Amino acid sequence: MRRNLTPYTFLLPYLLIFGVFWAWPILYSFYLSFLDTRSFPWAWNPGANWGRILQDATFQDALRNTFLILLIQVPLMLALATALAVALNSRLLKFRPFFRFAFFAPVVVGAVAYSAVFRLIFNTDFGALNSGLKVLGLGPVDWLYTPGPAMAVIILVVTWRWTGYNAIIILAGLQSIPKDIYEAAAIDGATPWQQFLRITLPGIRPVLLFCFVLSIIGTLQLFTEPFLITNSGPGTATMTLGTYLYQQGFRSFNFGYASAIAYTVALLAAVFSLIQLRFFGRD
Amino acid sequence: MRRQQLIRSIWLHLFLVPLALLWLAPLWLMFVFSTLPERDIFSTPTPLLPGGDFFTNLQNLNADTNFWRTLLNSVVISLIYTGLSVLLASLAGYAFARFRFWGSSALFTVVIATLTIPYFVVVIPQYILIAREFKLTNTYWAVVLPGLANSLGVFYMRQSFLSLPNSLLEAARIDGAGEWRIFFQIALPLVRPAMAALSLILFLTAWNDYLWPLLVLSPDNKAALTAPVALGSLIGLTRVSWGGIMVGAVLMTVPFLILFVFLQRQFVAGIAAGGVKD
Repeated sequence: MRRNLTPYTFLLPYLLIFGVFWAWPILYSFYLSFLDTRSFPWAWNPGANWGRILQDATFQDALRNTFLILLIQVPLMLALATALAVALNSRLLKFRPFFRFAFFAPVVVGAVAYSAVFRLIFNTDFGALNSGLKVLGLGPVDWLYTPGPAMAVIILVVTWRWTGYNAIIILAGLQSIPKDIYEAAAIDGATPWQQFLRITLPGIRPVLLFCFVLSIIGTLQLFTEPFLITNSGPGTATMTLGTYLYQQGFRSFNFGYASAIAYTVALLAAVFSLIQLRFFGRD
Repeated sequence: MRRQQLIRSIWLHLFLVPLALLWLAPLWLMFVFSTLPERDIFSTPTPLLPGGDFFTNLQNLNADTNFWRTLLNSVVISLIYTGLSVLLASLAGYAFARFRFWGSSALFTVVIATLTIPYFVVVIPQYILIAREFKLTNTYWAVVLPGLANSLGVFYMRQSFLSLPNSLLEAARIDGAGEWRIFFQIALPLVRPAMAALSLILFLTAWNDYLWPLLVLSPDNKAALTAPVALGSLIGLTRVSWGGIMVGAVLMTVPFLILFVFLQRQFVAGIAAGGVKD
């Protein structure tokens, strides 16, 4: 009898926290999304939030911005991360520790710390980037206060932060491909480019898929960078689902509406993950 | 053949060197700005070499906010969080790896399924619990509690325990050792490398966490205020010292950069673990 209960005692502390802070919240926020939390007491009113979300112009801006980042930033970053991983894996590379440090260091830098630095770098009047553009005879660009450039800033910063992170994961995938396949291909006269397309890419496909899913879920929850660097602006130009949820949930304290936004994010994450697995997950 | 290799090597470095310098630039500028007086930070062309005003900036930072206190809070919170979540994840991971019990696979599926659920879905009820039900705002526990059940940690520790040879644990069982003794004296010491990698990643996550602490800590109450929230609250203000903010950023970042140089393998193992499933 004692023997049978042992695994449950091992699990108990974890399950207690998990139940209170994960399992129950998942259900409760779903319920919240059907309540009008602007009335007192909170009242059952499915239309209050779900009806509003369909016609809310700011929400649509946030959605559009988030999709824009998904379409541009994620593929760009993963292509660069793959190139980096292949380069870092190359036997021809010198100064490997230096390169590893350069690209992997952003992984340990806190979002608040680098957001502060990037605010200075992208400053219109004295920022390092406009200084550099000036040398090239370009600019100045009003980075943080023009809609397009502000979005470019967010994309650049997120790319700086996460490319190395993804390169680490892809590199681990590369190192699991047997070396002798490459040797055999080289003997058969395959060019490096052919080797990359025929051996490397299929070899890292599962890892790339994982990076895609992870990056999409991360992008859907992008918060700190637009919050601290551009303050979701100018206007709503860099408003993301994350900053809008924060605004609704913790500035206006409209928990019901914020929950509806949260569940929209969850739905999008699920849809994207399924699409990925359906089209790219076949092995 | 040799010549071809040389040409390829040159191309490789031509691609990688400028990119690496570009990637290091923000960190270099963070360090440079932390050592310059305000007027130099706001000058063109951008200064690229450090000055001697680091300690003046540090004083400015401490005038804006009690930064040492927030760093201490961050250390305490990250330590409590890491210790407890690694313990919980090890216990749970061990149970899933080593025991057959009713509901184990269903439970494990539920735990892993939550990995695909965005954090936003739970953040509002978590806030209601911590701030309104338990009334814990501006305490260490407010920051630490909700994140303690770490699904990725359970998954990771389960993998590690599964890789242990069964014979060792069976031998201890035959010798009459209790389950808890086997866990603490035999199993845990054997998975020490995995625990180290997990601890490192969780500590880093807690150290840099921003959204949740921002919700349950207020910048004017120093009791549990963490460094990122303190620094973030300065960024939005007009009359603060940017040199000071850069010093804060450096103090938050440099310990981890040093740690990263020495423990790169553990960091990389911890990050790569998620991506490579057998």
